[in-house]
Amino acid sequence: MSVSGKDAGCAVFIDRQLAGEYGTFSRLYMQGPFEKGTPMQGDQSQFVPRDRYRLGLAGLEAYCQKQFQKGFAALAPEEQDKVLVGLEKGEIALDGIDAKLFFQQILGNTMEGFFADPVYGGNRDMVSWKMIGFPGARYDYREYIGLHNQKLDLVPLSIIGSSAWTKKG
Amino acid sequence: MAKKLPSTDVVVVGLGWAGSIIANELADENLKIIGFERGPWRDTAADFNIASAADELRYSRRQELMLRTRQNTTTIRNSVTETALPMRAWGSFHPGNGTGGAGNHWAGITFRFQPHEFHLATHLKERYGKELSPELTLQDWGTDWEEMEPFYTKFDRLAGVSGKAGNIKGVIQEGGNTFEGARSEEYPNPPTKQTYAPTLFAEAAKNLGYKPFPVPSALVSQPYVNSLGVAMGPCTYCGFCTNYGCANYSKASAITTVLPVLIRKPNFTAMTNCEVLRVTMDGSGKRATGIVYMDANGEEWEQPAELVVISAFIFENVRLMLLSGVGQPYDPVTNTGTTGRNYAYQTANSVRMFFDDKNFNPFIGGGAIGMGIDEFNNDNFDHSGLGFVGGGSTRVTPIGAAPIDSRPLPPGTPAWGSEWKKATVKNYASTMSIGCEASSYATRTNYLSLDPTYKDPLGRPLLRITFDFPENDRKMAAYVTGKVGEIAKSMNPRQMVPSAQTGHWNSSPYQSSHIVGGFIMGADPKNSSVNKYLQVWGVPNLFVVGSSAFPQNPGYNPTGTVAALAFKAADAIRTRYLKRPGEMITL
Amino acid sequence: MKTLLTVCAGVIGLSFSIAHAATGADSYNIVEKGRYLATVGDCTACHTMPGKPLFSGGVILDTPFGKLAGANITPDPVNGIGRWSFEDFQNAMSKGHGLDGKRLYGAMPFTAYTKVLREDNLAIFAYLKTVDPVDNKVETNQLPFPFNVRTSLIGWNLINFKEGEFKANPQKSEQWNRGAYLVEGLGHCGTCHTPKNLIGGDKNDQFLTGANLQNWVAPNITSTGHDGLGAWSEDDIVKYLKTGANRFDIASGPMAEEVEHSSQHWTDQDLMAVAVYLKDGAKPVEAAKPVAATDASMVAGKAIYADRCSACHTPNGEGAPNLFPKLAMAPLINSNDPSSLIRVVLAGSRAGATDAAPTAPAMPAFGWNLSDDNVADVLTYVRNTWGNAAPAVSSASVKDVREALRAK
Repeated sequence: MSVSGKDAGCAVFIDRQLAGEYGTFSRLYMQGPFEKGTPMQGDQSQFVPRDRYRLGLAGLEAYCQKQFQKGFAALAPEEQDKVLVGLEKGEIALDGIDAKLFFQQILGNTMEGFFADPVYGGNRDMVSWKMIGFPGARYDYREYIGLHNQKLDLVPLSIIGSSAWTKKG
Repeated sequence: MAKKLPSTDVVVVGLGWAGSIIANELADENLKIIGFERGPWRDTAADFNIASAADELRYSRRQELMLRTRQNTTTIRNSVTETALPMRAWGSFHPGNGTGGAGNHWAGITFRFQPHEFHLATHLKERYGKELSPELTLQDWGTDWEEMEPFYTKFDRLAGVSGKAGNIKGVIQEGGNTFEGARSEEYPNPPTKQTYAPTLFAEAAKNLGYKPFPVPSALVSQPYVNSLGVAMGPCTYCGFCTNYGCANYSKASAITTVLPVLIRKPNFTAMTNCEVLRVTMDGSGKRATGIVYMDANGEEWEQPAELVVISAFIFENVRLMLLSGVGQPYDPVTNTGTTGRNYAYQTANSVRMFFDDKNFNPFIGGGAIGMGIDEFNNDNFDHSGLGFVGGGSTRVTPIGAAPIDSRPLPPGTPAWGSEWKKATVKNYASTMSIGCEASSYATRTNYLSLDPTYKDPLGRPLLRITFDFPENDRKMAAYVTGKVGEIAKSMNPRQMVPSAQTGHWNSSPYQSSHIVGGFIMGADPKNSSVNKYLQVWGVPNLFVVGSSAFPQNPGYNPTGTVAALAFKAADAIRTRYLKRPGEMITL
Repeated sequence: MKTLLTVCAGVIGLSFSIAHAATGADSYNIVEKGRYLATVGDCTACHTMPGKPLFSGGVILDTPFGKLAGANITPDPVNGIGRWSFEDFQNAMSKGHGLDGKRLYGAMPFTAYTKVLREDNLAIFAYLKTVDPVDNKVETNQLPFPFNVRTSLIGWNLINFKEGEFKANPQKSEQWNRGAYLVEGLGHCGTCHTPKNLIGGDKNDQFLTGANLQNWVAPNITSTGHDGLGAWSEDDIVKYLKTGANRFDIASGPMAEEVEHSSQHWTDQDLMAVAVYLKDGAKPVEAAKPVAATDASMVAGKAIYADRCSACHTPNGEGAPNLFPKLAMAPLINSNDPSSLIRVVLAGSRAGATDAAPTAPAMPAFGWNLSDDNVADVLTYVRNTWGNAAPAVSSASVKDVREALRAK
């Protein structure tokens, strides 16, 4: 149906994000005390994304070694899926970090990387946008707004540019 | 120790909609005015370059235009029995930052409140008497529609609001909102164009006997030169609207409508990147003497002033009053005090519809581009026997469909994997939503105060929100969502997913930035903080302007009313206060 | 005979009074007249640093030969013109001489100001004497050797300078003559809008046909059809000069400053006189042949336009008045020299603001987002669509402007 997240560049995306302000939550309020809170009070974790990945990946590796005597990357795809489901549901416990928190972190960033503008390193060649039919960073739909219930087939545009800009011949 | 500066005539705190409007009006009175803004100076071409403005990660996910929670945030809890914790990332609402404030990233929906709204308590008591729940602390505003209408009109002309009037001077107009109060004139611009989803909705609504109308939009529908001579460009339906700045001067905000003129006036100075720490008061507590602020270098200054206007968004309005000791802090247990009481929100509901056979091109649109009906809003329908009061504005406003956040999936769809992918592709362009943005009525237990534990980077307590949806509003939400569901059903979707706000207030998912109350206006200083001119009771040279003045919130977006109040306060200062400084309302 | 003489004298006297406003002996009137004329001449552009006291000098003028600085013309006795007599001032304006016969560089546009009538100079001088004296020493000659040797100006003047007051053309109307007097004299429009020869003098036979100054094109403002003011009406010209904006365009760059400091303050009468003068001699011009729409550059340019330009300038190049310049059938778009266009695409441009048109919108910069090819293609497209026809833009010329901007 389309390329996988990894081929689309999600790992590159996450790497770059962690290197920037997002990685240390430098824009967010990170003063303590840190309490768990009710489900209505949102993310209260003291761990910034860099910590979440560091602790989560270490915890995941440790878990897989314990369970399967192999690292996560060496597992068969079906086994990997099972582990991910386990993290997602909180059925697996990881040392050092809440499994569900870790899973949501990865899922959130992967989706960001997959669907964000390619300028950030993921969504290579606008692959996800082509998949769903999102025309990208366009800014003028006045000629199309009246075309109700019609597929538009617009060449997708990113911050970087568009294939339509390349001179042919 | 703050260094004292030479005195000025007027200090305005906050250069969003309210502050910019007031500063501009007062600048024509030959007063020396200094406007303070904690964020940066914003400029369309420099900050919202069209080649980089359409960036979902940057503006919607990383919230670049919004106030950084690191600089200031609120703590939240549902009730006094809980410990409030900080909102570490914005969820439920999106406060703004910089000149223009939240007005730079808002959706642009510009309703007026209805005539009965301004004496809601009296009106509902008369109509429903004992049926009214005692949990509600409804109050009248101390003003009325006749006083407000000219100022609503001033804002319409300033912002170039695009729409179709429903009632001009008492004559009902077809195609407009027939429930609105009588306007003195038509909107300055015609309605915007519509995409497929609102058009379909309007048809369905009409078939059920409702009267759909174009949502009044401050995303202007055609090139417009506003009441100050500032030019705006037509909306291009780009779909990067709410949460984003507008690259083509189409979204009305202080930066596209007021500040270009204000900044040319030699008697006005803007101090950006300056955090106002508190209002200074004289020994009697009856006179504001100025403000203390910290500049971008971390130095503290005292700026004395004859007149102080606080227009810093509801949160900072109330927090500054609490930090400065203005008014008695409200205590929900003893029901004493006024500063912080009657805090309310907006009750957001929706019905999502999945289709097989429709292409909505959901990426085309804007925050205020859509069609609405008002039959289930506020007191527009008879609530006898229903067990609640209030209602919501029902509308289909496709704001755009940037795909990190806009990937509608039927409930139960896995969050990842091949099933997820298939469902994402299938539903992306063929799903629409009807929203119902409903009233939020104040209660004794919902209030604002200073947090006992958490502080901002300068060591001042954060504002604490104690809020949950009252029983009245949850019942109302279930009811109006049911009504919306009927309309949705008549459109024959494959699947319908209603979402009524019947549970607790969850601070995580985005709902609405329509936060109100905490420093309300009224006719009686015993249960209000400002009079109908937004003048603080007992401190005649201090004005606090914003949605903090609303005693409760109807099912309408608040910005039009905030701006009208700003014009109203400015008018009162110009025509009354300056001639005779002192209390403008004596009891 | 006597009657004829009297009538002639009356007509000439009439034309004088219409052309030169009130000439009271009253000193207030003369100073006010001088203030207006100094605004018309836009002295402040070169003689007032932004934020500094009026006429205290110091504005750096970048010429192709090096830097010059505008002098301090406040009546300061040491560093300004406090010791000048009126004759000294008259010599500066009409001959290009400073004190003690020192020659002024042509950046002081005495080649235009020579046309100013003596009585108008009297008024300007009277006004300058009322300005606050400022003790600011300005080193006006900052040119490198050998240009800093003023005697070289003897030769320069021989080639480029023709001394003499404006002479009205009896075959033209009073209004036309007033316009000619303003454009050719105090308005010194030719200083920017007339092409320059190698030594920086005006090519007088190509008066007002356009020039490139530091990568801003001052366009052709004669009334030829295609790239001049042929498409503009007199009202368009007046509106542009008065408010900085008309249905085609908004003043930006150096012209925005001109509008802000000078022409927005001119009387409507004077502005219309200028318009009448500039529109005189309008000739319909045969439309050039545009580059074919199927050309590879045009196809790519069309896509770039839709993606980056259309949202403001609209799909059909119409723009929005006072906000987004009209590109369709716009003279500036059709100018032979595309340097200004390349410059605003790469670096953006902020429009000037006047009280009548206060918005000051800006074109964002695209240099970081578009390659040289992209810029060339989209400009070629714009210059050859919707009735426009102008030479295609090459990547090489984009590269040149990009480098020139980087060097600043």
